[in-house]
Amino acid sequence: MRQALFTLEHVRRLTADTCELSLSGDTSAFTAPGQFVNIQLPGKFLRRPVSVCDWTDSSLLLLVKEAGEGTRELVRMEPGTGLDLLTGLGNGFDMDLAGDAPILAGGGIGAAPLYGLARRLLARGATPVAVLGFRAKEDAFYLEEFAALGCPVYTATEDGSLGEKGFVTGLLEKRPERRYVCACGPLPMLRAVHSLPHLTGGQFSFEARMGCGFGACVGCTVPVRDGLKRICKDGPILYKEEILW
Amino acid sequence: MVDLSVKLAGVELKNPIIPASGTFGFGREYAELYDLNILGSFSWKGTTAESRTGNPQPRIAETESGMLNAVGLQNPGIDAVIAEELPHIREIFQGPVIANIGGFSLEEYAENCRKLADAEQVKLIEVNISCPNVHQGGQNFGSGPRSAAEVTRAVKAAARQPVFMKLSPNVTDIAEIARACAGEGADGICLINTMLGMRIDLRTKRPLLANRTGGLSGPAVFPVALRMVWDVYEAVDIPIIGCGGVSSAETAAEMMLAGASAVEVGAANLRDPFACKKIIEDLPGVCERLGAMKLSELTGGAH
Repeated sequence: MRQALFTLEHVRRLTADTCELSLSGDTSAFTAPGQFVNIQLPGKFLRRPVSVCDWTDSSLLLLVKEAGEGTRELVRMEPGTGLDLLTGLGNGFDMDLAGDAPILAGGGIGAAPLYGLARRLLARGATPVAVLGFRAKEDAFYLEEFAALGCPVYTATEDGSLGEKGFVTGLLEKRPERRYVCACGPLPMLRAVHSLPHLTGGQFSFEARMGCGFGACVGCTVPVRDGLKRICKDGPILYKEEILW
Repeated sequence: MVDLSVKLAGVELKNPIIPASGTFGFGREYAELYDLNILGSFSWKGTTAESRTGNPQPRIAETESGMLNAVGLQNPGIDAVIAEELPHIREIFQGPVIANIGGFSLEEYAENCRKLADAEQVKLIEVNISCPNVHQGGQNFGSGPRSAAEVTRAVKAAARQPVFMKLSPNVTDIAEIARACAGEGADGICLINTMLGMRIDLRTKRPLLANRTGGLSGPAVFPVALRMVWDVYEAVDIPIIGCGGVSSAETAAEMMLAGASAVEVGAANLRDPFACKKIIEDLPGVCERLGAMKLSELTGGAH
């Protein structure tokens, strides 16, 4: 973990409620895709945890869904605005365990960390496939970006307006040869993915209401098979075999 | 050169700044960020006899200028703390440690104190009789003077170290409870614990916290904490640790002027993990502005 001042460089609107934020600053604390930052916002007591979409040595890419007042203000900030970030938070995905041919399953904004994961998996010679679920066509984002990486991407929408009608679980079931999943999305989606019998292993990225984001307050603790884990510090990635619902 | 040192029941602290229990764990996370030896002391995560998993999720909610928590005394239990955390604390912090203990019976409080007798680095015991997030037959020892006095008597008989009773603000007359503790020989008072509060999720129209209620902390509670420190300073002659919403050297100085001998910093650590470090760095300047060459002179200065 590191505290660092970042500069907001660019905001690009992706959908009615989702934006891509490019920032510049010290990214040296990041060690794995799937980690997150905790952003201090003016007038808000608690920081806002945001999953990292991707990063380079000096730049950071975040996809932010406007969930409340804090995130609404964040995506409306002017380029040039300075932001106080805690960086390199959480464990991130384990790419060794993900193996050569994982399937990446994203629900809504949960697609964000899977992008950086896909890019890094491809760079090490793996052949990931992404399956992304959205409510409707107008909510979908980053399909071209995934494709541009060279990662095949399949889509499901609840109303069938884009890709297959249904959920990301349907897309997973159609590819039973892909038995290892890296998943990020809302809790009901994670649970549904977790219950698919053909998956032998997987990593699941969880959200939580956090106090600190770095393990001190134990506000986001959940029970797991062998005890307790803090989503912010011991997670946000939990492993298939340890997750209790 | 301003002298920042203070004394609490005979224990010397190099400065009055103490991370508050429940916001600092056992120091591990913060030791990754800065040298903890700049701290006056730190109060470890509230520890009970048995390990506790705490309350279900969600446990955290934001408020205007503060936060609610309903962690519910999650901790590994006193034996694990002594066996595993205490040796690690010695590696990251060599100053005096405050052991915060909780309990569900007089005997549990006493037993926790006895187990700490050989813990050399534990110089003070902070007795939590005020956690708003646990429900054990509706019992809350800090809610009345009689039960507060009973706990004080029990821990005084059992403890080797000086004991500070940590009081709840969720009472009608906190001075009366402080007097009851002092009457049973408490070596000091720590106040305040969090204030009972709640929020409702407009999407579900249900309480946001799974525990329904939680403890309010952060700058929102500072004026309440300050007033209660003032009242307790008027009521008792034992030292006070002021706690509640302190987020700057200025608010720490206010706490001392109201009557605190030392100051705990809680929720501010969660928003800014360097909060205590910054407050300690800013204290000499604030002292000079107030014309004090010795910080401890501020204690009670507003009365």
